Amino acid sequence: MIRTMSEWAGSDAQPEVLYWVGCAGSYDARAQKVAKSFCAILEKAGIRFAILGQEEKCTGDPARRAGNEFVFQMLALQNIETLNAYNVKTIVTACPHCFNTLKNEYPALGGNYEVMHHTQYLNQLFSTGKIKISGGAFKGKKITYHDSCYLGRVNGEYEAPRALIEALDADLHEMKRSKANGLCCGAGGAQMFKEDEPGDKRINLERAEEALESGAKVIAANCPWCITMLTDGLKAMDKQDEVMVYDLSEMIIQNI
Amino acid sequence: MASIVFIIISGAVFFFAFKAFREVYQNIQLGKSFDSSGKPSERWRDVLLIAFGQKKMFDRPIAAFFHLFIYLAFLFTQVELIEIFIDGIFGTHRFLAHYLGVFYDVIIGFIEVLSLLALVATVIFLARRNLLRLPRFTKSELLGWPQQDANIILLGEILLVFGIFTMNGADHLLQNLQPEHYPQVALPISHITGPILFGGLDVSTLQIIERLGWWQHVLVVFGFMIYLPYSKHLHIFLAFPNVYFRPERSRGEMENIPTITAEVKSMFGLGPEPAVTDEIPVFGANDIFSLSKKNLLDAYTCTECGRCTSVCPANLTGKKLSPRKIMMDVRDRATEVGKKMRTSSKAEKSEPFSDGKSLFDYISREEIRACTSCNACVEACPVLINPLDIILQLRRYEVLTESQTAEAWTPMFTSLENQGCVWQVPQERDAWIHS
Repeated sequence: MIRTMSEWAGSDAQPEVLYWVGCAGSYDARAQKVAKSFCAILEKAGIRFAILGQEEKCTGDPARRAGNEFVFQMLALQNIETLNAYNVKTIVTACPHCFNTLKNEYPALGGNYEVMHHTQYLNQLFSTGKIKISGGAFKGKKITYHDSCYLGRVNGEYEAPRALIEALDADLHEMKRSKANGLCCGAGGAQMFKEDEPGDKRINLERAEEALESGAKVIAANCPWCITMLTDGLKAMDKQDEVMVYDLSEMIIQNI
Repeated sequence: MASIVFIIISGAVFFFAFKAFREVYQNIQLGKSFDSSGKPSERWRDVLLIAFGQKKMFDRPIAAFFHLFIYLAFLFTQVELIEIFIDGIFGTHRFLAHYLGVFYDVIIGFIEVLSLLALVATVIFLARRNLLRLPRFTKSELLGWPQQDANIILLGEILLVFGIFTMNGADHLLQNLQPEHYPQVALPISHITGPILFGGLDVSTLQIIERLGWWQHVLVVFGFMIYLPYSKHLHIFLAFPNVYFRPERSRGEMENIPTITAEVKSMFGLGPEPAVTDEIPVFGANDIFSLSKKNLLDAYTCTECGRCTSVCPANLTGKKLSPRKIMMDVRDRATEVGKKMRTSSKAEKSEPFSDGKSLFDYISREEIRACTSCNACVEACPVLINPLDIILQLRRYEVLTESQTAEAWTPMFTSLENQGCVWQVPQERDAWIHS
């Protein structure tokens, strides 16, 4: 059962970790599946976790990067009030944009927490033996991994997600541009919420084509916006039935 | 006589070069001050690794390899340059040879080998721009003057190396013909090329050739000194301070605007009411005055290599945005403003500068709105230039000071402000738990 911070507050026990769901996880049908998979893993691992529920607001990343500092600060200061009131210490989130803002931008506004991306947290659960991952469905399968900009290039995390793919016994085929050179899916900097500026091509199509070139049948991702962008890119090429885009938590819950 | 000519020419060169470099410095000072806290030891380590050590250059090994030849030749030739000034002023010949002994042979030998390698690299670089026409050297922002600028510098380098080998080739032959005037110096390249080029010529002809080579070398160096501050080539000096003054903030953190924090806190009853001032606040940047000195140093450091643009997802898919163009525009604007300010009248100088223009006359809305903030340009720059920081400050100006933005972002701002979510949503935020 998923409990909110205010529900926990009524009991004696304290949650170990706050799962920051984000706007996508809360409202986007595709990302909700990721949220559910991640919660299911936490439950299997016996982790006491909470969500903020209705007290959670967007971290403000898209407002800040679109230039609206005022709206960003409104959201950030409200979130920090809430988090500090619950004395939150550790946050895990399945969105690299939430992850980056909570980790790198909230401290300047008085919000200091240990913040982890869910792939880092899952890798920690795996390496400490709290979850067991078996090959199963992805064993020997050609998989490619898409580095999100805000987990990879911005925060330097390339290895935790790859360690999970290795644990799944999958056959990882890197794309031409990966890790520090990974190509953006096109959603960052609030582009997710508007059309591409005029040009020759959409960025997500460029990236989806590159993923296809890797020959993989599964694209593993770590970000709700990347998942939407890559899925749309595949649809534009009519490849949505041949190649699947999954969040790593969805791949793990199938093989735990 | 030659000494007097040399002293007059070099005096004039130093005068004009100093003036031009001072203008660049003044232009950079037009920006706002920035946070340069952080441990100097760590900053120096970065200067050693990234600027001196060229660490990030090697993300593209082939280009880095050839660039390294030119860079090392440049570094080592500085030793020879000291000697050239001594010889030029006092009329001596290879002054340091008498004092440095074997060490002198090693340095001069090194310079010869590096000069030859630099020549090869320069020819390859010219070919890359003009024959192979690599995409990053033929983008629209490079057409015209920037391409010529690059070619002038490369051709200057070739002239320089030819000067060195003319000088050394004749010198090598003269060492045997007039050992009393030409000290024995081992010249690993010129002992082969000298006899081929100038073998059989008499002493007086060789002396003239040696002087011509020497003057060619000196004059190209002088030319560079005056030309550099007007060119895109300042990175040979500015790369070092630019790496040193890298931001202390992590890549993922945008600079905070404390006045907005204070205002929002007061709005929520979390802090005191901010003091009321008559000034209309300006947020973000629309001109060089509202950018930081570091942003402007970035702009003058940029050598237009285009690594940033070649990895920009917006540029790769045909959008107008090119991070390199952002840097070039900022530099051009800073140079324009600096020039206008220096030539303005006393009355104008007492007023805040205004020429009715801003950075938005150089950079369009379409460009800054195409950015995904993916940091690929930041990652790509070998000398830690950050085009993204400027783009985001321009966006802040649009939204906060001008109240305009991309059409589709307005409803996003509204739902964020009213519902705390990027979308207008009908249900509760935790409804997904029960679905």
